[in-house]
Amino acid sequence: MYVAVKGGETAIAEAHRLLADRRRGPRDLPALSLAQIAGQLSLAVDRVMAEASLYDPILAALAVKQARGDMIEAIFLLRAYRTTLPRLAISQPLETAAMQIERRVSATYKDLPGGQLLGPTFDYTHRLLDPDLAGEEAEPETPARRAVSGEKVMRVSDILDGEGLVEGDGSFGPDHVAGDITREPLDFPMPRDTRLQVLARGDEGFLLALAYSTQRGYGRTHPFVGEIRIGLADVEIELPELGFSVPLGRIRITECQMVNQFKGSAKEPPQFTRGYGLVFGQSERKAMAMSLVDRALRADEFGEDIVAPAQDQEFVLSHADNVQATGFVEHLKLPHYVDFQAELDLVRRMRAEYEAKRAGQAGDEDAITSEAAQ
Amino acid sequence: MSAIEGIARTNFAYLDEQTKRMIRRAILKAIAIPGYQVPFASREMPMPYGWGTGGVQVTAAIIGPEDRLKVIDQGADDTTNAVSIRAFFEKVANVAVTTHTRDATIIQTRHRIPEAPLSEGQVLVYQVPIPEPLRFLEPRETETRMMHALEEYGLMHVKLYEDIARNGHIATTYAYPVQVAGRYVMDPSPIPKFDNPKMDRSPALQLFGAGREKRIYAVPPFTEVKSLDFEDHPFTIQRFDKPCALCGSTHSYLDEVVLDDRGGRMFVCSDTDFCEERREAGHVGPLGVPA
Repeated sequence: MYVAVKGGETAIAEAHRLLADRRRGPRDLPALSLAQIAGQLSLAVDRVMAEASLYDPILAALAVKQARGDMIEAIFLLRAYRTTLPRLAISQPLETAAMQIERRVSATYKDLPGGQLLGPTFDYTHRLLDPDLAGEEAEPETPARRAVSGEKVMRVSDILDGEGLVEGDGSFGPDHVAGDITREPLDFPMPRDTRLQVLARGDEGFLLALAYSTQRGYGRTHPFVGEIRIGLADVEIELPELGFSVPLGRIRITECQMVNQFKGSAKEPPQFTRGYGLVFGQSERKAMAMSLVDRALRADEFGEDIVAPAQDQEFVLSHADNVQATGFVEHLKLPHYVDFQAELDLVRRMRAEYEAKRAGQAGDEDAITSEAAQ
Repeated sequence: MSAIEGIARTNFAYLDEQTKRMIRRAILKAIAIPGYQVPFASREMPMPYGWGTGGVQVTAAIIGPEDRLKVIDQGADDTTNAVSIRAFFEKVANVAVTTHTRDATIIQTRHRIPEAPLSEGQVLVYQVPIPEPLRFLEPRETETRMMHALEEYGLMHVKLYEDIARNGHIATTYAYPVQVAGRYVMDPSPIPKFDNPKMDRSPALQLFGAGREKRIYAVPPFTEVKSLDFEDHPFTIQRFDKPCALCGSTHSYLDEVVLDDRGGRMFVCSDTDFCEERREAGHVGPLGVPA
């Protein structure tokens, strides 16, 4: 005897119990601490902070732990928490020229004021698995340290700007209020400030693939890395009572200024154009991809033909968010049997009509043959 | 670790009051312009996009401590996602919940309209995946908004006509487009077209929430909702050859249940509350047992 399916509630509770058990893993091994995750898997934590748009390494570490290392799940957890927070103030624009530099490289100049600084990079490591990390690790050697000079490190874009060879930073009017994509629905065409917000929290893999596609000819932009810099920047807010800005703290960011070719027009002298990337934490790949996609999305501004996916605002910006994407792709596993039943019914009906028609045609043919025989 | 200690607190019905006011403004605008998709600043919810975040935000914005909530998915109260959403509101709003269509003041639904007629004062909240009825004819939002503004719906009629020319039928069986109050063409969410006639002049308020796509739209009570069709190919709904195997109903939407690997099938009401009430009232189907 069939009875209507029951027991969803118990099934969910049991599934969650099993999940908690699997998340903890073998009980004879110590559980990971948040400090361990934040300290030793810091690039994972950085990515979660960047794509969740919330700078808090310990909460991001908690999300990574709770998500069993699933990055998108961790991003989702942190975003869902972020939504519940009030917006107390809007910070002043970050002064990245004044940031405390940990890494700074330029591909356009061999040497430049402030120097090239490799910093903690995977570049030039040979990608050989290191058996020394497998067991008890020996203490790594102490890296060399420089004294913090506190001197501003000039931006490469400022060097070019001095000669007027690169377009300016661009500015908004004094009345411009920066958009907030977490508080307003997306509206197309989207201005560059909100576009950059979408890209900054966009999926690293998606942006990487789009950026790559521009390099392979789908919306080519002739890019050079003007500069990548990673370091700590002060976040300041202006207090109306005081009339000046006060620092709230420091955050680690990665900034990429891409220098792109531009021929100039009747109105504008020939000059280079820019693509911009800024990401929480240390994530050069994301910042570079972002700057390439930013430049590609400016096709309109420069009167370039929009022929490639990376240049298409609606395509790029509507699909960059991995929390939205994963939700909608994965919702297909929810029950759809009502709709499927409706399709099933139609296909069966059309099949019956098709069979009937074919039987009818076969009957006609028989009649014709017998007539001919007579 | 002080940040971690402060995590758990949330407002009544999860959303903060400012967000609720923003959503209520969108809802009021939607009611004022029946069938028009109002953009709203959809929030991230603690459940995935595509799993009812739009419906949940609408419900969270309108629910009060006195409400009685019913949540269904595919017509059933006991499907896993319905259980999860109901549990969410029990937790964050501590409201009374029910499975009885008649007793509910708010019914949140995915893919069905209850079989029992709704009454004045009830609100039906639909979860909507893709609010734009023209989306699969024109992927660009800038274009589709223009088409709605100009009431330019020829493309939709061409699509339905092409269906008839190719298949002899309009091949849309769910999310069948409707025109609301003679103006906006609207996606009724992926309900089977069987349910479309229930939307027409319904005494209940019908609200539609699409979280990922950030749109809210509405059909006010007693508003005309017409399924698109042609004079010579009038709109028809699905009919089932068999009655519900459990309650014997011949006028409800049925789910097909596979019984064995030899082609055995049975059909039962998709609306579990409707089926249970009928059985309690003494109706018995071919495979049912008297209650």
